[in-house]
Amino acid sequence: MRINPRVIDTAVKIGLNGQAFFTVAILVVIVAVIFVKGCPYVNLGFLFSSPEDMGRHGGIFSAIIGTAFLCFLSIVFATPLGVGTAIFLTEYTKESIFTKMIRFGVESLAGIPSILYGLFGFIFFVIKLKMGWSVLAGVLTMTIMILPTIIRTSEEAIKAVPRNLRIVSYSLSATRWETVTKVVIPSAAPGILTGIMLSVGRAVGETAAVIFTMGSSLRVPTSLMDSGRTMAVHFYILAREGISMENAYATALVLVLSILFINVIAYYIMNRVISRYS
Amino acid sequence: MTKKPFTKENVVKWVLTAFALSSLLFLFLIFAFILVEGLPLFLKIGLKKIIFGFKWAPTKGYFGIFPMIVSSFLVTFGALIIGAPLGLSCAIYLSEYSGKKLKMFLKPALELLAGIPSVVYGFLGVIYIVPLVREYLGGSGFSLLATSIILGVMILPTVISISFDALVSVPRTYREGSFAMGATKWQTIYRVVIPSAKSGILASFILGMGRAIGETMAVIMIAGNALKIPVSILDPLRTLTGNIALELAYATGDHRQGLFSTGVVLLVIIMILNYIANFGIKRKVLK
Amino acid sequence: MNRTVNIGMSSRPLKEDELSLKETIICYDGIAVVVHSGNPINGLSLRQVADVFAGVITNWSQLGWVDRKIDAITREEGSGTRGSFEDLVMKGREIDDGIMVQDSNGSVREIVATDPYALGYISLGLVDKRVKALAADGIMPTVETIKSKKYRIVRPFLYLTNGEPPTNVKPFMDYVLKDGQRVLRKEGLIGVHD
Repeated sequence: MRINPRVIDTAVKIGLNGQAFFTVAILVVIVAVIFVKGCPYVNLGFLFSSPEDMGRHGGIFSAIIGTAFLCFLSIVFATPLGVGTAIFLTEYTKESIFTKMIRFGVESLAGIPSILYGLFGFIFFVIKLKMGWSVLAGVLTMTIMILPTIIRTSEEAIKAVPRNLRIVSYSLSATRWETVTKVVIPSAAPGILTGIMLSVGRAVGETAAVIFTMGSSLRVPTSLMDSGRTMAVHFYILAREGISMENAYATALVLVLSILFINVIAYYIMNRVISRYS
Repeated sequence: MTKKPFTKENVVKWVLTAFALSSLLFLFLIFAFILVEGLPLFLKIGLKKIIFGFKWAPTKGYFGIFPMIVSSFLVTFGALIIGAPLGLSCAIYLSEYSGKKLKMFLKPALELLAGIPSVVYGFLGVIYIVPLVREYLGGSGFSLLATSIILGVMILPTVISISFDALVSVPRTYREGSFAMGATKWQTIYRVVIPSAKSGILASFILGMGRAIGETMAVIMIAGNALKIPVSILDPLRTLTGNIALELAYATGDHRQGLFSTGVVLLVIIMILNYIANFGIKRKVLK
Repeated sequence: MNRTVNIGMSSRPLKEDELSLKETIICYDGIAVVVHSGNPINGLSLRQVADVFAGVITNWSQLGWVDRKIDAITREEGSGTRGSFEDLVMKGREIDDGIMVQDSNGSVREIVATDPYALGYISLGLVDKRVKALAADGIMPTVETIKSKKYRIVRPFLYLTNGEPPTNVKPFMDYVLKDGQRVLRKEGLIGVHD
């Protein structure tokens, strides 16, 4: 018995509609739960006081500082390396075996799971290079982790810059580097910034690689060699050991809000790119 | 014009070349390090005893990781079973059925879902999914089922966004031609669009697999971490990633090398998956 | 032993190949077998506990309760708590590989506190109202029974140094051995002089 294709069509439409709705519902539920359970405990005091009694009481100030310290420095190292690589691949070479190798390297780095970064970082930076659990070990590891994302997004942003701009610049006898710095990069800047923000978002939520390299000290890290914890690490420890459910939810809320905030900024920048070029 | 090797342009070129090479350098460093640390144990104990060994008791000299290899794959397939159909459906909905306004709303929602840290997923899984499994299905709740559910949700953004890209890159003319022949929307999607986007969709599944098999934090919170191969979906299990994360902090000597060997196996599996996925995407582009 | 740090900590007695290190006992800790606070069972024999973790006893009905699988949890390999548990309770028998593993006392306690059918072992100092400590062979694990040596599942917490502690480290260790004992007792540990 053949069912009328129109009936199937409508059924499918409802089915797909439902599934899309379901997926969005999952997101809404997740965010809502964290919000509802965490909100009562997040206040200025929570944000600005450090954890006490292993995190049973007190706030997450030291974790916030740890997160900021780690992410900021990682971006400082990864951005020149990443954008420089992207510039090299797009402006300075033609496609060749050399570029294919580099892209292979970038893609492979992107695929390595975070626990392997943690394994590598722990044994190589923390133990063999004797850095101990430190912000430095964390930064070095995190820099390599976010490098592929910055390279990819920067490359796309640079490629999107219209050829005309470059041609005009060269015709005015600008050197390649001048063209890059005065024409290409400024045009590609929003896209590059988006990539950077996305990387920060990822770094903020990263746990496996951080806990084994930066450690989980409760104190505010004041130097590169200090250990410290990030919000994600703090949340993990609180949640897993049942130290304080209230603080766990509160930390989760701050964590998710931070990432949301970063994504919103990235999205806003991206929109400016789209409106500029369409 | 005389050639000056140290012009600003040349220096810039060398610096940028060095930057670009840094990626290769890091990759080499990580690979080499993990291999160098993991290989000796393979030589000492033998490849077969490790990869096909059933017993993991490193302090007593047993380094068998076969149950964990199986468990990693089981959990990955479980995640696919849950995440792939749902993800593909959402991608189809996004590309074929939703208007611009809806897209503006759904895309950031997707990115937010992707941005939630894995430890938060793990936590919510422990608090809400594990007890549900325990009360209505049995066992401790820390199970293949619970892990698959959470991982399935976690790979949704990957599957959706890459499938979506594949679907929208199917030329409009394909669809129009199909409609011109009187096909309904679903017939068009089913017989024209999806087959055209096949390699991209497949690539999204494989990348989703890569994400699932590499996930650590959520898994060690939900999977129970038992060393046996699970016989039912309600049994606990330990993945390769979990093995490393659980024991890294206290492991010394051979034990630590055993964890590196686990890392080597994981690395090889992921590289193969990535290669297959990229190969698939390249084929799509060539079309 | 490669002098990366000045002091190391251990929660189990040293093994033979580690004896080149100097150990200083700073306190003692009991290991308590715990179940969910709603579990009607109050005590088990050590033999039964070992049987559960060896995979011989798998159902609560074998221990006098409902027909339900025992959700046993152990610590990971390499853990000092596990090492002491294996020495003092398992006594050479191996922990079954179908048993769940968690990598901290806190997370074991968490699971036991939320799963009505769970059974695990944790540091006595971490036992709180959400879990119930079982009597082992009739003896409840408390600070008193440990001090009076009735409860025997106890392990030492050690500070390890490579030879005599260096001059910048010694004052710290002296503090821990005297005034610091107060802090240790507050956490539920048993002082070294008790």
